[in-house]
Amino acid sequence: MPGPQPVAKAEVVSGTGAQSEPLIKAGNSHIADRLFYFAMLGCGLCVLGLVGLIVYELITKSSLSWHAFGWKFFFQSDWDPVNEQFGAWPFVYGTVVSSILALLLAVPLAVGVAIFVTELCPRWLKGPLAFTTELLAAIPSVIYGLWAIFVLVPLLRQYVEPFLARYFGWTGLFEGAFYGIGMLAAGIILAIMVVPIISSITREVMTAVPQQQREAVLALGATRWEMIRIGVLRNARAGILGGIILGLGRALGETMAVTMVIGNRPEIARSLFAPGYTMASVIANEFSEATSDTYLSALVEVGLALFLVTIIVNILAQILVWSVTRGAPARGHA
Amino acid sequence: MPDTVAATSDFAATPISLWRRGMNLFITLATALAVLLVLLPLGAIFAYLVYKGISSLNWAFLTQTPKPVGESGGGMANAIAGSALILLIASAMGVPVGIGAGIYLAEYGRNRLGDLIRFTADVLNGVPSIVVGIVAYGIVVLTQGHFSALAGGVALAIMMIPTITRATEEMLLLVPNAVREAAYGLGVSRWRTTLSITLRTATSGVITGVMLAFARVAGETAPLLFTAFGNQYWNWKVNQPTAALSLQVFTYAISPFDEWHRQAWAGALILIILIVVAVSAVRLVASRGMLKGAN
Repeated sequence: MPGPQPVAKAEVVSGTGAQSEPLIKAGNSHIADRLFYFAMLGCGLCVLGLVGLIVYELITKSSLSWHAFGWKFFFQSDWDPVNEQFGAWPFVYGTVVSSILALLLAVPLAVGVAIFVTELCPRWLKGPLAFTTELLAAIPSVIYGLWAIFVLVPLLRQYVEPFLARYFGWTGLFEGAFYGIGMLAAGIILAIMVVPIISSITREVMTAVPQQQREAVLALGATRWEMIRIGVLRNARAGILGGIILGLGRALGETMAVTMVIGNRPEIARSLFAPGYTMASVIANEFSEATSDTYLSALVEVGLALFLVTIIVNILAQILVWSVTRGAPARGHA
Repeated sequence: MPDTVAATSDFAATPISLWRRGMNLFITLATALAVLLVLLPLGAIFAYLVYKGISSLNWAFLTQTPKPVGESGGGMANAIAGSALILLIASAMGVPVGIGAGIYLAEYGRNRLGDLIRFTADVLNGVPSIVVGIVAYGIVVLTQGHFSALAGGVALAIMMIPTITRATEEMLLLVPNAVREAAYGLGVSRWRTTLSITLRTATSGVITGVMLAFARVAGETAPLLFTAFGNQYWNWKVNQPTAALSLQVFTYAISPFDEWHRQAWAGALILIILIVVAVSAVRLVASRGMLKGAN
């Protein structure tokens, strides 16, 4: 959409009415216009300033830890506030594993929902389904956490974990005591939380695929599914990938629900039943109790890393989504 | 899965094979199943909220402050008031700045600075809420020397701004240029046109954006953990630690006491009602059209 370009300015109009009375008193409008412009510019610059402020705060407040530990901060696994030894590896590990687990569970579901809503379901069902998924995105994370503690975790402990251990225990991913709380619970609750994001972006990019693409494939005698696969998904795949990455960004930074069910222990275990810890939840749990400057600084450094990773992930996702929705569908050359 | 692209040329010639028909049916059923699987937790969450929440929701819950551990009764009145206070502070700061930045982007932002601000707003939107909490802690709590409602408000305002900015810009751009030109043609100054004509035309759309931002931060907990901090008592002072509904739900949920668990469900129910009302109001406004009298 073209930007608003005013054809005539107020002062031009008032200038021409040299003899007749001007319609309005335009004498001060030039100054008022400038003032208004600067006020709005100020608000705009505020947004810039805020991001600058975030970066500045995170960097200055974490410098102590950075100077003390350097790069190895992220690769060491002892987190010992008493002896002032800080290594963030268990948190990085927990964040990555819980997010990947969430994506593995969420992506097939979210894409399935998007396909059903945009291509397959009867028209009257479209609105309500879209609204319901929107609602799922509006539920606060603390409520997901509450539900997970009292409903999901007991369910996992009693039924799901024994089942997984019996039939898939040989993989080594499902062994150990059935706490309910742990990496698996965190992954599942994260999956539930990122499904709406991935599916709404997928829906958006699938809708952006031109109708002719569908008709062309159908005209060749394709079934509905073949039409979706060849005509829609292939054209929208960059955007869908963008949606998935956007979901990843959300999962990486998600705090409350994960903190409530992951178990909060800085350990690295192969089994998904074992408790873990994430970058966001260590900040949530320990920030207000951090006693020494180094401790606080180490937590801020974890926050800085989280900030940088989510920013990069989000920018990547935006670029991918734009490549589809901005008119030029990313065609597959395969 | 076999690649059927190779068979493209004889699609029309041969009847649709059993395999292809079966695949089609399978996908239709699988995606419908995916929808059910996604709706299941949603239904479960709402059912539990209502079932567990209603039974512990009573007059005392809405009017009393928390009782000490071991005593039954008490409520979250101070947390509800605290949430209102924090959200008020956040809106007072976030809404004007967000709308102002949106006006800048829509009316003056067709240049590189505008692009930069647009990009930064998107970046700001993706910042994890816990990181926003750290920053609010750094700017407000450290300078003041203690936790406060103000710090919580600042954190939530930072989260509101990008949402409102982008929504305002989008809505203002929907207003046809002819409307602006008509105002300029009457000799109305530019600022007056923007405020009384353009923004007024887009009012319901902008309100939608504001409500969405509000609903998004109303349930936020992570940025309040070490800014508003929580409080067991009434507090109306802006520079004192303040309870918040979401914070109280969190504290109670991870506590070992049954009585507190019940209260956590009731608190969560109130929170979700607040948010569902906001989101439904948005749907209602949106269905009546984003612009007024401009078509």
